[in-house]
Amino acid sequence: MSIQTGVQLGGSVPRRRRISQRVIRDNIAGFLFITPWLLHFFLLIAFAMLYSFRISLMETDLLSSEKFVGLANYTRMWNDELFWKSLRVTGYYTFVLVPSGIVIALAIAVLMNQNVKLVGVWRMLFYLPSVVSGVAVAILWGYVLNPRFGLLNMGLKAIGIEGPRWLFSETWAVPGFILMGLWGAGGAMLLYLAGLQGIPTQLYEAAEIDGAGSWGRFRHITIPMLTPTIYFNVLINIIASFQVFTQSYVMTGGGPNNATLTQVLYLYRKGFQDFQFGYASALAWALFLVIMVFTVMVVRSSEGWVHYEGEVKK
Amino acid sequence: MTTGEKSYPTTVAPIHAPRRTDWLLQRHRFFSVLGRILLYVLLISGALIFSAPLLWMISTSLKPEGLVSQYPIVWIPPEPKWSNFVTAWGKSSPSFTTFYYNTVYITVLNMIGLVFSSSLVAFGFARIRFWGRNIIFMVLLATMMLPGQVTLIPIYLFWAKLGLVNTFWPLIAPEWLTNAYNVFLLRQFFMSINMELDDAARIDGASWFRIYWNIIMPLSKPALGVIAIQAFAFNWNNYFGPLIYLSEPRKLTVAIALRLFSTEQSQHIPETMAMTLVATIPVLVVFYIAQAKFIQGIVVSGVKG
Repeated sequence: MSIQTGVQLGGSVPRRRRISQRVIRDNIAGFLFITPWLLHFFLLIAFAMLYSFRISLMETDLLSSEKFVGLANYTRMWNDELFWKSLRVTGYYTFVLVPSGIVIALAIAVLMNQNVKLVGVWRMLFYLPSVVSGVAVAILWGYVLNPRFGLLNMGLKAIGIEGPRWLFSETWAVPGFILMGLWGAGGAMLLYLAGLQGIPTQLYEAAEIDGAGSWGRFRHITIPMLTPTIYFNVLINIIASFQVFTQSYVMTGGGPNNATLTQVLYLYRKGFQDFQFGYASALAWALFLVIMVFTVMVVRSSEGWVHYEGEVKK
Repeated sequence: MTTGEKSYPTTVAPIHAPRRTDWLLQRHRFFSVLGRILLYVLLISGALIFSAPLLWMISTSLKPEGLVSQYPIVWIPPEPKWSNFVTAWGKSSPSFTTFYYNTVYITVLNMIGLVFSSSLVAFGFARIRFWGRNIIFMVLLATMMLPGQVTLIPIYLFWAKLGLVNTFWPLIAPEWLTNAYNVFLLRQFFMSINMELDDAARIDGASWFRIYWNIIMPLSKPALGVIAIQAFAFNWNNYFGPLIYLSEPRKLTVAIALRLFSTEQSQHIPETMAMTLVATIPVLVVFYIAQAKFIQGIVVSGVKG
């Protein structure tokens, strides 16, 4: 502020020159600071996207042959039974895992928000599984789901249930993956816990005076106030679940009988095992389109169900 | 809630209908105690279910082969077989020491690279006005929706043309060029620091870089810690990248080596579990130490909405 008064006293001509010099310097500085991301964008994103689209129109192993085939890869995909299968498998996984994950994470968060003792310990116990991701979890769960000596079936046996054959069964393999995904619900639980603690207590007090029971308060205060967090989780989880790969690659290799062939696994097989990079690129673009469609659907629908507390002011 | 209930009958209830209120109050007490018990039963059973696989992993890693498939499960092996770890560690060639070294090398370099690059970029977006800033930032946000698979093959080709497949370059260089998620996270944090600090520093003749380095960075240690820890977890667990770029045995990372080990030694379950545990421990330890900071950071990223 003191600059401005000083400049104003100095007259109009030098002021304009000084400001424009400053603007230029700021522009140079700004672009220098964001250079790493600009490089990332132009080299690894923009260029790569264009190139990826180009090879999706070709038949190529990227080494010896390169042949322009137009939309042949896409029509081939349309008639490829395995592509549709992988779409169904991935969709099944996503649309069971995402809603049930939200319910479970929310339930744990609500339990933990009831003034329980030693919150830190509980938080850690539920949260830890979500930290160990990737191969280690896949291998661990491969054994947890083992039909004969696995933890899960032994637990079921203890309560008198004969467990299914999980990863060796066409019907139960994907549910096995979903259970494994739910084991990582602790990450989202933390977000809900933070959201719950941000709800002003006056809202609950007011509702109680109006005679709302605990279910009514949960239904009409807790849930609406948490919708921004739920929305964030739905989006992130849909995007992530459609890209599921490690589980099926490590645990089942896509089997039995392609029951766990996810879209990314199919893409990986076509590209990096069969060296049909053109077809693999087309598969990648199809995946992008699928994710895009569902993301846009969620974003569109959000106006109807996501409640922002500050929105009235707009 | 309970204090409100307590004060209620002493002031109002005795005058109007003492008995009925007493009964109601008792009923309420009964249900609230029952509710507490139910709450803890649910929490404890939930926590047991969530920790069971990890406990099973630890327990199995210390068992002799014969004990693995025993029913009911033996949770504490009578004679813990610590030698499982030693045998498994040296079984592959090269040994896990090499894989550990590779993974630590990549992970540490990437942590440093990511913290610097994303803080620089986030500083640019958050504190400096330049032409097209908002549009460029929108593009950055949009790229978060793009699945990595779309750009995977061209990027692979790019490294192949440079002859750098089977080196650590493809795994390290992109992290040094930052990514949208971390820029977004840090930018939100930098925006919350008072802008007048910059003006004051500029009057004193400080350059933008000095403001970044001497003012904003020291004030952002918690957020930078979050970025570093997330980078650690991501790079330590990263599977797809090393799977595609690394093939030479002595270049492999723990994640890849673990998968190979588990396939080759699938009949030796305790040893596989021992190595799985060994692969998990660094992440568990880092998270446990950084718990408070990390949880705060997740909350920061979650609230952004």
